[in-house]
Amino acid sequence: MAKQYETVIGLEVHVELATKTKIFCSCSTEFGGAPNTHTCPVCTGMPGSLPVLNKQVVEYAMAIGLAANCEITRVCKFDRKNYFYPDNPQNYQISQLYLPIARNGYVEIEAGSMKKRVRIHEMHMEEDAGKLVHDEWDDTSLVDYNRSGVPLVEIVSEPDMRSADEVIAYLEKLRMIIQYLGASDCKLQEGSMRADVNLSVREAGAKEFGTRTEMKNLNSFKAIARAIEGERERQIELLEAGKAVIQETRRWDDNKEFSYAMRSKEDAQDYRYFPEPDLVPVIIDDEWIEKIRSRQPELQTEKLMRYKKEFDIPEYDAKIITGSKHMADIFEAAAAICGKPKKVSNWLMVETLRLLKDHNMEPEEISFAPENLAKLVELTEAGTINNSVAKEVFEKIFLENIDPGVYVEEHGLKTVNDEGALEEVLKKVIADNPQAVEDYRGGKEKALGALVGQTMKAMKGKANPGMVNQKLREMI
Amino acid sequence: MDITSLTAVELGKKIRAREISVVDAVTASLDQIERVEKDVHSFVSVDREGALERAARIQEQIDDGRITGPLAGVPVAVKDNMCTKDMTTTCSSRILENFKPTFTAEAVRRLEKAGAVIIGKTNMDEFAMGSTTETSYYGVTRNPWNLRHVPGGSSGGSCAAVAAEECPYALGSDTGGSIRQPSSFCGVVGIKPTYGTVSRYGLIAYGSSLDQIGPIAKDVTDCAAILEAIAAHDPKDSTSIDRRTYVHTTSGKVRSGGKEEVCPAGYDFTGALVDDVAGMRIGIPKDYFGKGLDAEVREKILEAVRTLEERGAVVEEFDLGLVQYAIPAYYVIASAEASSNLSRFDGVKYGYRTEDYEGLHNMYKKTRSEGFGAEVKRRIMLGSFVLSSGYYDAYYLKALRTKALIKQEFDRAFEKYDIIIAPAAPTTAPELGKSLSDPLKMYLGDIYTISVNLAGLPGISIPVGTDSKGLPVGMQIIGDCFEEKKIIRTAYTLEKTRTYERPEMINNMSKKKEPAIGRKGEDDQCMKGGRA
Repeated sequence: MAKQYETVIGLEVHVELATKTKIFCSCSTEFGGAPNTHTCPVCTGMPGSLPVLNKQVVEYAMAIGLAANCEITRVCKFDRKNYFYPDNPQNYQISQLYLPIARNGYVEIEAGSMKKRVRIHEMHMEEDAGKLVHDEWDDTSLVDYNRSGVPLVEIVSEPDMRSADEVIAYLEKLRMIIQYLGASDCKLQEGSMRADVNLSVREAGAKEFGTRTEMKNLNSFKAIARAIEGERERQIELLEAGKAVIQETRRWDDNKEFSYAMRSKEDAQDYRYFPEPDLVPVIIDDEWIEKIRSRQPELQTEKLMRYKKEFDIPEYDAKIITGSKHMADIFEAAAAICGKPKKVSNWLMVETLRLLKDHNMEPEEISFAPENLAKLVELTEAGTINNSVAKEVFEKIFLENIDPGVYVEEHGLKTVNDEGALEEVLKKVIADNPQAVEDYRGGKEKALGALVGQTMKAMKGKANPGMVNQKLREMI
Repeated sequence: MDITSLTAVELGKKIRAREISVVDAVTASLDQIERVEKDVHSFVSVDREGALERAARIQEQIDDGRITGPLAGVPVAVKDNMCTKDMTTTCSSRILENFKPTFTAEAVRRLEKAGAVIIGKTNMDEFAMGSTTETSYYGVTRNPWNLRHVPGGSSGGSCAAVAAEECPYALGSDTGGSIRQPSSFCGVVGIKPTYGTVSRYGLIAYGSSLDQIGPIAKDVTDCAAILEAIAAHDPKDSTSIDRRTYVHTTSGKVRSGGKEEVCPAGYDFTGALVDDVAGMRIGIPKDYFGKGLDAEVREKILEAVRTLEERGAVVEEFDLGLVQYAIPAYYVIASAEASSNLSRFDGVKYGYRTEDYEGLHNMYKKTRSEGFGAEVKRRIMLGSFVLSSGYYDAYYLKALRTKALIKQEFDRAFEKYDIIIAPAAPTTAPELGKSLSDPLKMYLGDIYTISVNLAGLPGISIPVGTDSKGLPVGMQIIGDCFEEKKIIRTAYTLEKTRTYERPEMINNMSKKKEPAIGRKGEDDQCMKGGRA
């Protein structure tokens, strides 16, 4: 019988913090900008420049640490990590090694029906590097320092995960916590959340960990899941063939679904860490911690409970909506405007989820204003538009964020409640369909449906279906 | 009398009294530079045109009353490791040849705001690494007292420029003695302030935790006035301290009438220019006056100490302890920080880049091999080694602990003494070419100055005479953290008992010159006798 293997996974997750300015200077952190426009002497490593710590970075890091049940380090220091690379303008990165901001935490995850804790070893603050742009034609490389000095936290877990599902659940949990705190938008595609996977395999029941590898360049949850599967298989194949796994850093190529070795432990650089002499220690007292704790917003678990209680929304729906802070924000804003939380929740659960799926989008990418959804609810509730028109209008809201009031008006989509106009159409429909009229009179209820359909068609869908039904019966 | 023989404060007074125009003051310095530079070579770059333009502008601002301070219109030279916008800043290194910063160092900016006119950038040991100004890529600076001797270092250019009267005052930087030792060798006065007093923003770092900018001038009054202009809390430098509110745990408390009063450190340095040391408790560390100290230097310093004693100071010898560990601790810490600080000079963004290279790593290697001099490479290698994994604890961490213990030794001493008096260097200025061949011996020359940086203390070097070779001897006065006032007061009192001595070549030169302006009786009071 083939051996059973267990996968052991720990993660290093980098999260770009949502501060307006960089970690050690007052340059903008905005994504995009023309190359080297969000730069100054500090974040381009000019001689004589000095870093000054952005307090907001510490507060976001503390908030994440507290939400992840970490101990906050009372005297926390920065260290220099020395290595030469052009994206790193000083040729050292200001990071934390000896006294990181937070340690010894955990988050609860649910994978399948299993609940478990993933422990957090430590969390530290550091600066991001710039971006190299290689010009193949010119055979030159250019550096864009806009991203240099954007604040990051790195969250290092213990090797507590055993499957790709658990890894995704852990990442989703972290993302949810951090998004709820407003500390980052956590977009994997844009790189504001990045995960390196440390993975080893061992025979089921073994006490010792196997040799691990570190996998980099994972840009989506799907890539992470595929990389874990691929690396697990690669390591098992090696072991089955009697070969050893080499401790090394590997780069995942998601197109080829294959990883290749970047550098082995022997080539590992000596970063010559030492305390950053240009910064003073960050002293964190109880008062500061309490201030951050008291400012912590409602996190997902609490919000879910409240939705169930306050809005009488089913658990499943509440879970989906609170699963994205952005969606929960839209829900609450729209519900507050129109006062119909259940209707708003229906629009999110049915039409919104369908459209997200159709367009291959994440909930974070929803771009319509909650006001427009609230207006749509009001329009349907007032009977101004009927349901099928509402669906059509919602799609417009979802895609183009149109104002439904204006849109309905401009496209003449209002339900026609004018009895005179309806009677005119009905007379014509009855006259044109003698057979159906006969059938109905003969007791065939179904025949009425055909007549209603004809009427709606003639009125371009704007008739009030209830009214059409009633009138038809009366007139026949 | 000569404009160039005036002190900065004297010249400032005359400028504000409209006796001398700013352009005349600047021209006098520029002319003197022209006369002595071929011999002394204090400057890496002189900005003649720019200085004259600035002089005219400052004159307008003085005339319409916008600038009124004591340094308004007075020319200044700045050590070439402080950034000056659009003016080359080389650190006397090839790797920063032609480098023009995009901003001005905070200390220099404050001087400019006070109306100072920068005339040029002074020579130094490459990246401030050295004690002789011989490691400069742009050639050695010579001591105006004897051109065959070094001016000391690393602020050798600044000190030589002041001694040679190429400028009334200059800025230097001090990481292990780089203001005090060359001040001593050149017979001028220099202060290394308490760490955190002057902003390091724009000072190209050598050892970040030790570097401080300070004034170099002909007398204590100038130094106090300059320090008052450059010292300020700077939010751009996280290690900068706001002395207006900072109360030092020991020196910030004063006992008077049985009550303890809390005194913030403050910035009023000129307030300490008081000719009185009665009751001042002076500690003389025995370890600093034993083996290794030149007999003539010892005699000159002890003579000055006796003078202070006569003026009412209470002098006592004591054991400082741990003296022998200061040099190794310093070279480990400073080199470690330097190895990291200097890694940004890589040919990618600014400064020198090698001509031919293949690929990134070859470019790094060749650029840095060609761009840095031997002493800088030595310290980068030393620093990289002590930070390497497996060696960090044994070297760097141990050095940090030693630093903390040395600070404790000083804390103990300052419980008993107001100030400590020490030599600034074991000898007077050595001859050119005698030091670099034996770097370890050169490092030992820093023994009296290095502990002050490790402990973050303020120190001043003032001239106390010349040796039999006619070279100046400097004496160092060390205070507790934030106790600049005590060292200024002591130095000022001592200075009052002496006359300022000029190098012979400068004396001879001004004898040949026509007097620039008439001398007024009232000015005699602030002139030191003996100055021609």
